[in-house]
Amino acid sequence: MTDPLLEVKNLTVHFPTDDGLVKAVDGVSFSLLPGETLGVVGESGSGKSVSFLTVMGLIDTAHAVIEGEIIFQGQDLLTLPADEMRTVRGEKISMIFQDPMTSMHPYYKVGDQIAEAVRVHQKVSKQEAHEQAVEMLRRVGISRPDERADQYPHEFSGGMRQRAMIAMALSLNPDLLIADEPTTALDVTVQAQILDLLDRLKQEFNASIVIVTHDLGVVAEHCDHIQVMYAGRIVEAGDRRDIYYGAHHPYTWGLLSSIPRLNESDEKERLVPIRGLPPSLIFVPPGCAFHPRCPHVFDRCRTEVPELLPADGHHASRCHLSLADKERIFQEEVMARS
Amino acid sequence: MGRYLIRRSLFLILVLFIVSLITFIIFVKLPAGDPARRAAGRTTTEANVEAARHAFGLDKPVYVQYARFAKGLIPWPGLFLNEDVYFSYANFVPVKEEIFARLPVTLTLAVGAAITWLLIGIPIGIISAVRRRSVWDRASMVFALIGVSAPVFWLAYLFLYIFWFKLQLAPSSGIPIGTSVLEAVLQGRFILPWFVLALAFAAFYARMVRGNLIETMGEDYIRTARAKGLSEKRVIYRHGLRAALTPVVTMFGLDLATLLGGAFITETVFNLPGIGQYAVRAIFNNDFPSVMGVTLFAAFFFALANLIVDVAYAFLDPRVRYT
Repeated sequence: MTDPLLEVKNLTVHFPTDDGLVKAVDGVSFSLLPGETLGVVGESGSGKSVSFLTVMGLIDTAHAVIEGEIIFQGQDLLTLPADEMRTVRGEKISMIFQDPMTSMHPYYKVGDQIAEAVRVHQKVSKQEAHEQAVEMLRRVGISRPDERADQYPHEFSGGMRQRAMIAMALSLNPDLLIADEPTTALDVTVQAQILDLLDRLKQEFNASIVIVTHDLGVVAEHCDHIQVMYAGRIVEAGDRRDIYYGAHHPYTWGLLSSIPRLNESDEKERLVPIRGLPPSLIFVPPGCAFHPRCPHVFDRCRTEVPELLPADGHHASRCHLSLADKERIFQEEVMARS
Repeated sequence: MGRYLIRRSLFLILVLFIVSLITFIIFVKLPAGDPARRAAGRTTTEANVEAARHAFGLDKPVYVQYARFAKGLIPWPGLFLNEDVYFSYANFVPVKEEIFARLPVTLTLAVGAAITWLLIGIPIGIISAVRRRSVWDRASMVFALIGVSAPVFWLAYLFLYIFWFKLQLAPSSGIPIGTSVLEAVLQGRFILPWFVLALAFAAFYARMVRGNLIETMGEDYIRTARAKGLSEKRVIYRHGLRAALTPVVTMFGLDLATLLGGAFITETVFNLPGIGQYAVRAIFNNDFPSVMGVTLFAAFFFALANLIVDVAYAFLDPRVRYT
């Protein structure tokens, strides 16, 4: 078995604030193999973005308490000195963000912004870095890349900007690309293009990809593994088939039921929302954090925190329901709809 | 761009006409004594007063009087601030001559102070923003509060007392007769005025740079810059400051232009023969052509600076385009 590219062990990220301790990430463990695509799904405030900003070293340690281990290629990134972490960032791990409109500097040309990333990590001339930037723009499917490189971000459409961001992130051929809500701010048609592009580039660049999203529909076709996060914890993890054809956690059921389906014969069928709001990360509900919103709640859920227990090999969930109940409810309530 | 410049220039002239009209109406409506009678002297004949009135053009209808002044607005040699209208009622010296004689002093004071406040304000603002909530930040913000609050005349006398009277580090105020502005600069006679005038601006700019930079450092593109693996220094100076300092350019242009219209208090306390001093004396003397001349001069600089700042913005921010 190959060694994992990234192994996160018991990661905790807490932000002390005037109102109390915000437990953004609360004991998250997972691993990612080389060449794998991992989908991380959850609502806003589930800790999915913070987890991966921490992997990137982009959480300001002055305002956060970070514990646990982030082992990347055998090194613990959390103990790495700042200047060594900087060489990892961009070169080994890179990241694209949710809103391509605001993620590029408005005052610099797109090509220059890509070339800057190249020049910081490699000893190349300005000319070479520029050529590399143009080549990257071409590879992410931007036509007339040499002209486009000399334009400013505001002259690009949203989808093109996200392509340019991907070009920037892949310009140093990283081993891991973290895409934080890469399609959320884009039109639906463009979303599919960007996800297909990520798939293709993953093969070309031989990289692992993490797609962080709130939309289970987005990760359906593109991820090997999926982990669902809620209130700073992983509540269910498994491969794609496990989640789509046999999810074990009521929260995942809720997410699956709220994906719109266009092939419905019964047009009157409505989406089923998850009732209630995501919990405060300062006053996380006792027991299972999802229990106030869970339709299948029983006494044990209110007092005892469920463990993330594997049902078969790698498919694990954090829920007190018995496996038989989980399978029955999934069939009756989730599969029945689709 | 060309069309834009022409339109803005025409607009500038319009602004000058409006300013001149308002200034003129104030003069007509609020007479602080008859300039003709004052010019004719204490013991004089009615005929002399009438002669003075005719010489000043004050015997003509009001609209003709305004038209004479308005003609001096046209930026054309021979017309601009022409000497048959724009001469001092107090000493008959042409306004143009007086302004241009005083301009080097005001220019030296304003530009020197501007450089001083940029050199003080911007670094303090950067340090405060980068080391937010540190001792440095708090000390800088206390400095900013004092700088903004301290009245210029008080600060001026305080500086003179400490650095000239007590420590004898700086020369006394004023520019001795026969000393050129350049010589006065070399003698250090402008150092105290520069600092006094600059302090309030430096404090204000420090706060502004701090605020802008803190805001910019929270932008998504700063996170992108960090994600690229740039050093924190490069993130701050190349990505953060670039965006944070752009609005400062606007403020700077307008502040400098305002000072070119004269910094009256500083000029008075340090006894510098600048435009501000001249303007205030003209107002006290009810010397209307001088008042009008200085007002228009200041308004012209202000409007011009506005135009320059707006054009400069197109170069600083690629999203801005003029048509």
